Amino acid sequence: MIKKITLPLTEETLRDLRVGDNLLLTGIIYAGRDVAHKRMVEALERGEPLPVDVKGQVIYFMGPSPTRPGKPIGAAGPTTSGRMDSYSPRLIAAGLKGMIGKGMRSQTVKDAMKKYRAVYLGAIGGAGALISRSIKKAEVIAYEDLRAEALLRLEVEGFPVTVINDIYGGDLYEEGKAKYRKRNIQHSAVS
Amino acid sequence: MREIAANKVTQTVSRLFQEACYHLPEDVLTALKQAREKEESSVARDALDKMLENVEVSQKEQIPLCQDTGAAVVFLELGQEVRITGGDLYTAVNEGVRQGYDKGYLRKSMVGQPFSARVNTKDNTPAIIYTDIVPGDKLKIVAMPKGAGAENMAKLAMLPPASGRQGVIDFVVASVDEAGSNPCPPVIVGVGIGGTAEKAMMLAKKALLRKVDELHPDPEVAEMEGEILRQVNNLGIGAMGYGGTVTALAVHAEVFPCHIASLPVAVNLQCWCARHEEAVL
Repeated sequence: MIKKITLPLTEETLRDLRVGDNLLLTGIIYAGRDVAHKRMVEALERGEPLPVDVKGQVIYFMGPSPTRPGKPIGAAGPTTSGRMDSYSPRLIAAGLKGMIGKGMRSQTVKDAMKKYRAVYLGAIGGAGALISRSIKKAEVIAYEDLRAEALLRLEVEGFPVTVINDIYGGDLYEEGKAKYRKRNIQHSAVS
Repeated sequence: MREIAANKVTQTVSRLFQEACYHLPEDVLTALKQAREKEESSVARDALDKMLENVEVSQKEQIPLCQDTGAAVVFLELGQEVRITGGDLYTAVNEGVRQGYDKGYLRKSMVGQPFSARVNTKDNTPAIIYTDIVPGDKLKIVAMPKGAGAENMAKLAMLPPASGRQGVIDFVVASVDEAGSNPCPPVIVGVGIGGTAEKAMMLAKKALLRKVDELHPDPEVAEMEGEILRQVNNLGIGAMGYGGTVTALAVHAEVFPCHIASLPVAVNLQCWCARHEEAVL
């Protein structure tokens, strides 16, 4: 089923989200990837304010392709979230309520999501053109020197995501795989 | 000697990278549509629908298929009767990458010093260039924008020769299992068997260029590709790792003789957005 969600994510909305739900997000999200995350976490460690208060917000792990004239943004699909695993728990503790990306998260991130009641949402990797249609406006709000990796503020309308981790500890990657798995693998085979 | 102008090479490389980033090869598109028909999970089917829709939106609205327009991998097959005029070949290729990524609104993702400063080179150069010298008077150019999500899941094993066919199958299947949702499945699994460590990885990467519906000419290799594909699709990972019955579109293996004491096996994964274009000059 498809749920239409208006951002920011409130406690009431979060309670309603379950693993595997397809959502269409409308509102404001922030986009940043590796270096933007590193700078934000370093700022928090130094006790400095962030370029944006992450309390109640959603961060999208994404660095777009260049914008053609007349368009709000270029291709804008998710990047691999695992590279943000060392930074996400600190931002979740600071009040971040949602992350959008693709690929597996560490146990530490999953524990932080459960403890602080945050969710991880999956966007379709490689669907940069499709996803860009739901982004109505994009502006750089910090770290402009990082070019494709700068921190962006996005206005989105009907942005398509799937719930990977809900606040109840559910995990679509684990549950989906278990449902369709037909054999056990010896992991010792990977050196 | 047949002469080919360096600027012709530049123009061709520029065009190929732009085409590749906006256009999915027909064989890959067909395989995705077949995956959509076969897939048992509704969540995965929905992901596949979005992938197919993305292919249409990309062409219609001139937005790259994926924002990760890759490292610019270039395979050259240079006929030994060809002479490049008006400049050197690799400079011409790099200039083509520079122009193509600029004109095509493609993302520049290359950084210089990889382990410390990581400053963007701003034009997606240098290209990763591999050249084979072949008979004839033609120059074949293959452009492969390779995204990092799938590339980061590459794996190499130097197996004991006694592990044989079963060892190869187990290693490849376990590698795809560990990669999980990261490489944007359904993937194409490139497998290189034999040679040396780096030769095996080259074979695995080149295997990704084979058409999805093409079998390996050696029936023993083709049979093993089928067995690996069956086992990979039994992993349950599915499109984007959301759980499902299609984790790979194809398994392509290439083989090469190797040392009596070696059995190198390399796995190089390609995301569903399997972009590559080629031209012959």
